[in-house]
Amino acid sequence: MRTAVVVFPGSNCDRDVARAILDCGLGPVDMVWHDDDDFKSHDGPDLVVLPGGFSYGDYLRSGALAAKSRIMKAVREHADSGGLLLGICNGFQILTEARLLPGTLMPNNNLRFICAPCHVRVERNDTPFTKAFKEGQVVQFPIAHHQGLYFLPPDDLSALESRGQVVFRYAAGGKCADCGDAGEAYSPNGSVNGIAGIINKRGNVLGLMPHPERSTLKNLIRGTDGRIFWQSLGEYFDVWRDKG
Amino acid sequence: MNYRDAGLSDGEYLKIKELLGREPNELETALIGVMWSEHCSYKSTRRLLAKFPQTGKYLVQGPGENAGVVDCHGGWGLAFKVESHNHPSAVAPYQGAATGVGGIIRDILAMGARPAASMDGLFFGMPGQGKSDVLAEGIVEGIAGYGNAVGVPTIGGKTFYDPCFEGNPLVNAFSCGLVRLDKIVSSKTARAGDLAVLLGSKTGRDGIAGASFASKELDEGNRESRGHIQIGDPFEEKLLIECCLDLRDNGLILSMQDMGAAGILSSSSEIAHKSGTGIEIFRERIPLREKMAPWEIFLSESQERMLLIVSTDKYDAVKAMAEHYALECAIVGNITGDGRYRIIEDGACIADLPVGILGDAPAADWPSAVPADLDDRREFGGDMKSADPKADLLKLIGSAHGSCRHEIWVQYDCQVQLRTAAEPGEPVSALRMPESDGIIAFAMEAEPWKCRTDPKVGAMETMAHSVRLLALAGADALGMTNCLNFPSPENPENYYELTQCVEGLAAVCRDLECPVVSGNVSLYNETPRGGIYPTPLVVTAGLVPHYAYFVSGGHAHDGDDIYLVGPSAGSLGSSRWQMLCNGGSLKPRGVTWRFDAALERDFISKALFVSRKADIKKSARVVSGGGLAVALAKEAIYSGVGMDIDLADKNPLEVLFSEGGPRAVYIIPPAASEKFLACWKGYPVTRLGRVGGDSLVVRGFLEIHRDELAGAFFGGVK
Repeated sequence: MRTAVVVFPGSNCDRDVARAILDCGLGPVDMVWHDDDDFKSHDGPDLVVLPGGFSYGDYLRSGALAAKSRIMKAVREHADSGGLLLGICNGFQILTEARLLPGTLMPNNNLRFICAPCHVRVERNDTPFTKAFKEGQVVQFPIAHHQGLYFLPPDDLSALESRGQVVFRYAAGGKCADCGDAGEAYSPNGSVNGIAGIINKRGNVLGLMPHPERSTLKNLIRGTDGRIFWQSLGEYFDVWRDKG
Repeated sequence: MNYRDAGLSDGEYLKIKELLGREPNELETALIGVMWSEHCSYKSTRRLLAKFPQTGKYLVQGPGENAGVVDCHGGWGLAFKVESHNHPSAVAPYQGAATGVGGIIRDILAMGARPAASMDGLFFGMPGQGKSDVLAEGIVEGIAGYGNAVGVPTIGGKTFYDPCFEGNPLVNAFSCGLVRLDKIVSSKTARAGDLAVLLGSKTGRDGIAGASFASKELDEGNRESRGHIQIGDPFEEKLLIECCLDLRDNGLILSMQDMGAAGILSSSSEIAHKSGTGIEIFRERIPLREKMAPWEIFLSESQERMLLIVSTDKYDAVKAMAEHYALECAIVGNITGDGRYRIIEDGACIADLPVGILGDAPAADWPSAVPADLDDRREFGGDMKSADPKADLLKLIGSAHGSCRHEIWVQYDCQVQLRTAAEPGEPVSALRMPESDGIIAFAMEAEPWKCRTDPKVGAMETMAHSVRLLALAGADALGMTNCLNFPSPENPENYYELTQCVEGLAAVCRDLECPVVSGNVSLYNETPRGGIYPTPLVVTAGLVPHYAYFVSGGHAHDGDDIYLVGPSAGSLGSSRWQMLCNGGSLKPRGVTWRFDAALERDFISKALFVSRKADIKKSARVVSGGGLAVALAKEAIYSGVGMDIDLADKNPLEVLFSEGGPRAVYIIPPAASEKFLACWKGYPVTRLGRVGGDSLVVRGFLEIHRDELAGAFFGGVK
């Protein structure tokens, strides 16, 4: 499994996501600069990651400037040819700005940055990104964003839901995690229908606001549920060897 | 500009004429005026600061550089420093706090270290009073806005409320970074013939002469001093960080200095002064945002700039790296061998001063006088009785002084860089070491009430408290940085308090073998209504060799034994209980715990010893603000348990609500109690009771359901 992590000016989770992937034994990881024309690696990457952070300082709108970066042509071609593309947090914002995913991410409904542990329910486990989860499993992925309110007009939203494109939904945590409740009531930022992550129709482009890489490394705060996310990709490419 | 407008006294101006052998011209007067300001020169405190112990077994770089460095094993150094940004934050809370964060991060970067974490000491007026809420909100948003975007996690800090900070809030920004010991960059290594290169933002008319601004009391006139306020751009800073670290890794930097107070002037003159060289700067080569006078250019505190010293053959590579990161980069001058500081404009020399005159302001000695009411402050006054212990405890954990700070830290990214090993809000903040199992722990402490009633005793308790927190967590102290926040030193009583606090800190640093590695002084913290209480803030850093030895609280289980280690009581003087519950006058009264070196060292060695016994499961907490009662309440809240405490014939008020001294709560499974007690043999230990039930019960004194405790702590009480 070869991963390319795109580094935009202002990205700040690029190293973190690379460390998480390497820690799960899923290397190699190439860091690719926003101003490059292509991914350089010989056969191209299996997975392209647009990491979290503040690309271009979040100026204009989160993700708007990065969506016009030189590298985005190669990113789009990679996705068009069926390659896996993952956008986390600011990466998700970039994917919506680039129209690779529908909808938009607006300022949190309390108009503040929120950094907190957060529970999400896995709505589908038939994607390359989620195959190691149990369907309906509630896991803890931390969030850290100012603009994470996912919005789509009602008709488009129903269509998105009916096509099963919602992959992660904010859910009840703590002692209530077992009940599996999820939806807008549990959304920390006001996201419609409690949407935390969506996939494109083809099933190869995933965007999510929570950070699985922030619950991957052991003996840090906020758990290790993110390992199941990377395990999914590892199993998809048949390179998962981590036994705990 | 006349010399008084430049902030110079008559005596200082005479001294300048004597040193130069001539009258300085207008530009030179402005330059010297700023470099001799309190903020740049430390003229009132330099002799005092020399009392701090500056040697230690882990010390790599002490005061004198952009930040101190300690050896944290495995070939890694930890650079750290705390710095105030009080005045700017009082005038423009968002930008003042944001640029405080940006500035301290560049200090760490200037050491060649990757900035790894920040913390902030915040001191506000009482909620709901005056502009306190607006200031507090703006300051927190500024820290979040800058810190989150620049990709340096904010992992903890301290928030303190008292009426004395109304209108003059304190923002003490701490940052730390990691650097390989063989990659440390210095500001003392410039050589004649090298190039002075300006990297980062263009220079503009923001923050002009902010250093002089910070050296005066705030009044209605200068409160409108928006021209003195710097504007931050965390995006530019993020690029600057990555670029400087790439330059370091490629061996392209000989010396580096961040541009903070007094901008180009201080950074360039300091590098020349510390390196024992001279420097000439060509005015027209400095990239400008707007048309500016020479003095404005040299004093501008435009943010996100670094001064690099580069050898001539490496400049092209530096320039290419800057272009990669889309940063402005220009050769602005040369290092010379003649010890002169020269500014050249269109071929003409418009300022020519000995470098030493800029770097060595004459020390200012202020008269000192014991405050007339000090003896009165030392008296406890009121009677030591509680009419309603339950209401008292709820107030101690539910008022602004003690309630959970979740609303603040939830706005800070505490996780980016994936090193954070303790949740914000825990008594110590913690980072995982790179490439090893170790943890670096930090404890930020300040005790303005205790320093008010006895500056020396209060400062000693502040420092000792900080080291206790580290020791309990299993961390061996490596070093300390401090920020001395005081009112005007020109008032003899204020100056007395300053000297006493410094002596107190220095004594404890010596006794506990914790050297001072860096620091900052902020004087003139006053408004027309009066000065702040003496507020020395310390941050200690310590090393836990393995994460399995890291001790924290909130892990109590039903059936566990509850122990108090240490004296049964500290002091009610200047305690949170005295302030809030004993008449509620909000005036600190009575002296706090008096430092006892032998007892303190005993506590540290035993706390470290027991931390290494990973087979003894423990939940532990130092007795801090609010006393033992609050420590027990937090253990009950975070563990979700009740407790049955029996104090036998001891005075419950003193045992529960007194503060200070090396005291801590340990909660231990009964099976491990024997081993635990063996570790603490020879130190006072009291078994207080057992974990169980749904309420915190102190027999014959108080009983509160844990949900009520949690409600007060997380929700606050009016």
